[in-house]
Amino acid sequence: MDFFRNFPFISIVFSLFSAVVCSLLPGKAARIWTIAAEAILALLSAGTLLYTVILGESVTYRMGHFGAPWGNEIRFGMLEALTALVFALVLLLSVTGGARYVIRDVPPKKINLYYLLINLLGAALLALVYTNDIFTGYVFLEILTLTSGGILMIREIGRTTLAATRYMILNLLGSGLFLLGIILFYDVTGHLLMPDMHEALLELGKSGEYALPLSVTTGLVCGGLAIKSGLFPFHTWMPDTYGFATPTSSAILSGLVSKGYIFLLIKIMTRVIGLDNPILTVARNILFLFGLLGIVAGSVLAIRQNSVMRMISYSSAAQIGYIYMGIGLGGTAGFAAAIFHLLTHAVTKPLLFLSAASLMEVSGDSPVFHDLQGAAHRNRGAGFLFTVGAMSMIGIPIFAGFTSKLLFSLAAIGHLPFKTFSVLVILAVSTILNTLYFIRTMIRIYTSPEGKKEDRTPFGPQLSCVLSGSVMAAMNVILGLQSQPVLALIERGLALFS
Amino acid sequence: MRNLVYNYEEAVAVVLFGIGFVTLLFHRNLIKKIIGMNIMDTGVFLFLASMGYVKGGSAPIYAENADFYVNPVPAGLVLTGIVVSVSVTAIMLSLAVRLHQRYGTLNLDEIYRIAREKINER
Amino acid sequence: MRIVDRIRRWLSESPDLLEDAGGIGETRDLPREVMRREQHEADRFLSEGAKSFDRKKFRTVYGILAAASAAILIGVLLTAVAALPRYGVENERMDEVADYYIDHALEDTGAVNIVSGMILDYRAFDTLGESFVLFTALNCVLILLRRDEPGEEGEDDYYDLTHDNILRKAGLVMVPSVILFGFYVMLNGHLSPGGGFSGGAVVGAGLILTAAAFGNAVSARIVTEKTFRILSGTALGFYCLAKSYSFYTGANGIESVVPLGTPGSIFSAGLILPLDIAVGIVVSLTMYGIYRMFRKGSLT
Repeated sequence: MDFFRNFPFISIVFSLFSAVVCSLLPGKAARIWTIAAEAILALLSAGTLLYTVILGESVTYRMGHFGAPWGNEIRFGMLEALTALVFALVLLLSVTGGARYVIRDVPPKKINLYYLLINLLGAALLALVYTNDIFTGYVFLEILTLTSGGILMIREIGRTTLAATRYMILNLLGSGLFLLGIILFYDVTGHLLMPDMHEALLELGKSGEYALPLSVTTGLVCGGLAIKSGLFPFHTWMPDTYGFATPTSSAILSGLVSKGYIFLLIKIMTRVIGLDNPILTVARNILFLFGLLGIVAGSVLAIRQNSVMRMISYSSAAQIGYIYMGIGLGGTAGFAAAIFHLLTHAVTKPLLFLSAASLMEVSGDSPVFHDLQGAAHRNRGAGFLFTVGAMSMIGIPIFAGFTSKLLFSLAAIGHLPFKTFSVLVILAVSTILNTLYFIRTMIRIYTSPEGKKEDRTPFGPQLSCVLSGSVMAAMNVILGLQSQPVLALIERGLALFS
Repeated sequence: MRNLVYNYEEAVAVVLFGIGFVTLLFHRNLIKKIIGMNIMDTGVFLFLASMGYVKGGSAPIYAENADFYVNPVPAGLVLTGIVVSVSVTAIMLSLAVRLHQRYGTLNLDEIYRIAREKINER
Repeated sequence: MRIVDRIRRWLSESPDLLEDAGGIGETRDLPREVMRREQHEADRFLSEGAKSFDRKKFRTVYGILAAASAAILIGVLLTAVAALPRYGVENERMDEVADYYIDHALEDTGAVNIVSGMILDYRAFDTLGESFVLFTALNCVLILLRRDEPGEEGEDDYYDLTHDNILRKAGLVMVPSVILFGFYVMLNGHLSPGGGFSGGAVVGAGLILTAAAFGNAVSARIVTEKTFRILSGTALGFYCLAKSYSFYTGANGIESVVPLGTPGSIFSAGLILPLDIAVGIVVSLTMYGIYRMFRKGSLT
C-alpha cells in the first residue's frame, strides 16, 4: 500500500515518457499507445485517490533527494487525487470518443504528433494538479498552453490557424502576467515552495511589510490565470477556437485546459496566499464581479448564435463565470461549489462537443441549426447524449449541473446581502437563458422538417463516440446523484489543501 | 520615489515589461506583437537578474578567491524563462509564416477581413 | 401579440419557438447558403463602413488607449517596485534558500557550478519540464511547417547562400570550432559556466551554420531524419528515465548508486554530466530542426 504514494510521480513521468515514445511511432500505434497510457493514468489516479482516502491526510512527496525548502515537491490529498482522476478519465474518453475526428481532420502523417501532444497535455495537467512548487507550476502551465495551442493548430484550415494565433496571443499575455507575479512573490518571500511562501507571507502580514507589492502581485497572478482560463472579458477567443478546432481538441480545450489553470489559481489562493489573508479580498471581489458579468454575457451571446458549436463555446464562457463566482464567494462552501462545478463542467462540456460533432456529421458537417434539423433521429445515440449534456447544463435534477447550481446558491447565503442577492438573481436569470438556448437546440434536433422521413439509425456511424459519451453521461449522473460523498471528499480535501 | 532610484534596474525592467505587454496586446502587426512578447520576457529576465544580484558578489561557481556569491536561484529561473521564451517565439513565428502563406499579410485586421470574405472555405 | 402569434405558429407548423429570440431579426435561421451570403454582405458593409469612417481618428483613439493602458500598467508596477527590497543589497528572506545552495551544493551534488547543481539536482523537476517545453515547441513547429506530401517541398532559393564565397570559406573554419566549443561548454556544465542548454544552443548554431553555408543537402547528410528522430527520442527518454530514478530513490529514501566523484574532475557530480549531454543533444537538435522547418519544411 505504501508504494501507492509513488503513483502521482509515476503518472506524470510516465505521461512525459509516452510523449517521447509517440514521437517514434506511426500514427495508428501512437493512438493505441495513447489510449492505453491515458487508461493507465486513470488507474494510477484512482489508486492515489484510494490511498489518500485511506490515509486521511495529504502527502508531501519529494522530487529528488532534497526536501523543503530546497528541492521540488509534489503534494496530494483527496482533492488533488479526485481532480486528477476526473481529468484523466475525461482525457481518456475524449481521445477514444474523438479518434474518428482526429483521423478526419489531421493530416495522416501528423497523427502521431497529435497524440504526442495529448500525452504532454495530460502530463502538464497532472503536474499542475499535484505540484507544490509555484515555479514548477509555471513551467507546466507553459507546456499546457503550448500543447493546447498545438492540438488546435493541427487542423490545416485558415480559420483554425487564425483562431490559434488569437488563442496563443491572449494566453501569452496571461503567462507574462503570471510569471511576473510569481517572481514578485519570490522576491518578497524568498521561497518557491508553496507552504514556505505561505509562512513568509503570514509573517509579512503580521509586520505589515510589503503590503503594496503583495496586492499588486496577487492581482498579477489572478489576472494572468483569469485571462488564460477565459474569464469575461477575455472569453473572446473561445468561439473561434472551439468552433474551428477538430471536435476532439474542442472537447479537451474546453473541458480540461481551462480547468487546469483554475485549479492552479485555487491552489495558489488557498495554499500560498491563504483564504483569510486580507490581500486576497479585493482580487476575489473583482473575480466575483467579472464572473457574474461572464455568466450573463456568455449566456446572452450563446442565444444569438446560429451555429451549435459557437453556442456551446459561449456557454463555456458562462460556465467559467460560474466557477469564478464560486471562487469570489470564498469560504469553504464557495470553493467547494466552485470545484464541484469545475468537475461537473469537465465531464459535461466534452460530452456536448463530441455529441454535437456526431450530430453534425450526419447533417452534412454543418454546425448551423437549420441543417441540424432532425439530426437526433439520424443518430439517436448522439441525440440522447446531447440531451443529457444539455439538461445538465440547464440544471435539471438528477444531473450534476443541478447540484452545482444548488451548491452555489447555498454558498451564497450568509454573505453580505448584496452578494447573496446578486448570486441568486444571476443564477435564476442564467438558468432561464440556458434553458432558452438549449431547449431551442433540442427542439431543433428532435423535429424533422415536414413531410420528410428521416432514416433512423441508432448510433450513426460513430459507435466509439457514443460509447465514450455514455460513460461521460454516466459520470455526470453519478456526480448528480451521489453528490454528497463527492462533496464530502472535496471538503475534506479542501481542509487538507492549505 | 527615492526607492525607485535605488531600484533602478527593477524599475527599468517593469517599464520594459509594460511596453512589451501593451505591444503584444494592441499592435495589429503579428511580427510586432511577437517582438512585443520578447520585450516583455526580456523585462522579466532583467528583473530576475537584478533581483538576485548582491553588490560585489561573484558568479555562483566555486572559486578560491571569491568572498561571497550572488543568489543562484534567479539564474536558474532565467534559464527556464529563456527556454520557454525561445519555444514560444518559434511557435508564434511559424504561425506567422502560415498566416502569411494563406492570407498574404501580417496585419491581423486585414487577415480577419479576408478570412470573413473567404467564409465559404470552412 | 407577436408572442401569441408565434406560439400558435409553433404549434401548427414552425418547428422553432425561439426563431428570433436573439433579437437580430427574422432572418435568423435561413439555409446555410443564404446565411453565408448575408453574412458576407454584412461583412462587406462593415468593412466599407470602416473605410469611410475616419480611420485616422480611430488610429488616434486606439493609440491613446494603448498608451494609457501602458501608463497604468507601468505605473502600478513601478509603485510596487518602489516598495521592494533594495537592489544589490542582500535580502535576508531570500538568503535562507540561496545560502543553503551556496554552502551545500558542492557536497550535495558534486557540482562546482552552483547553478548547474541547482537546476539539475535540487530543482530537477522544473528542468525536466523545461526540456519538454522545447520538445513541445519542436513538435508544434513540425505540425505547422512540415510538408509531408512529395512535391510540396518549398523552394529555398530565397535563402540559398551556398554561392556566397565569404560564408563558405568562413564556414569551413568556423563550423568545426563552433561545434567543438559547443561540446566543450556542454561537457563542462558542472565545472564552469555553461551546461546542456547553452552548449546545446552553440552546437545547434553550428549545425545551422552548416546548413546555411553548405546547403541543405550537406547538413541533411550529417543529421538525417532518422538520426534526428532517434537521437532526440533517445536523449529525452534517457533524461526522463534517469531523472525518474533519482526522484524515486530520493522520495523513498533509497541511496542513489550514482557516485558523486571528486569535485572538479570531469567525471564527477553524479548524474549531472550525462543529463547535460542529453539536454544538449535535445536543445541542439531542436534548434536545428526549427531552422530547417522554417527554411524548407523538411529535414531531408
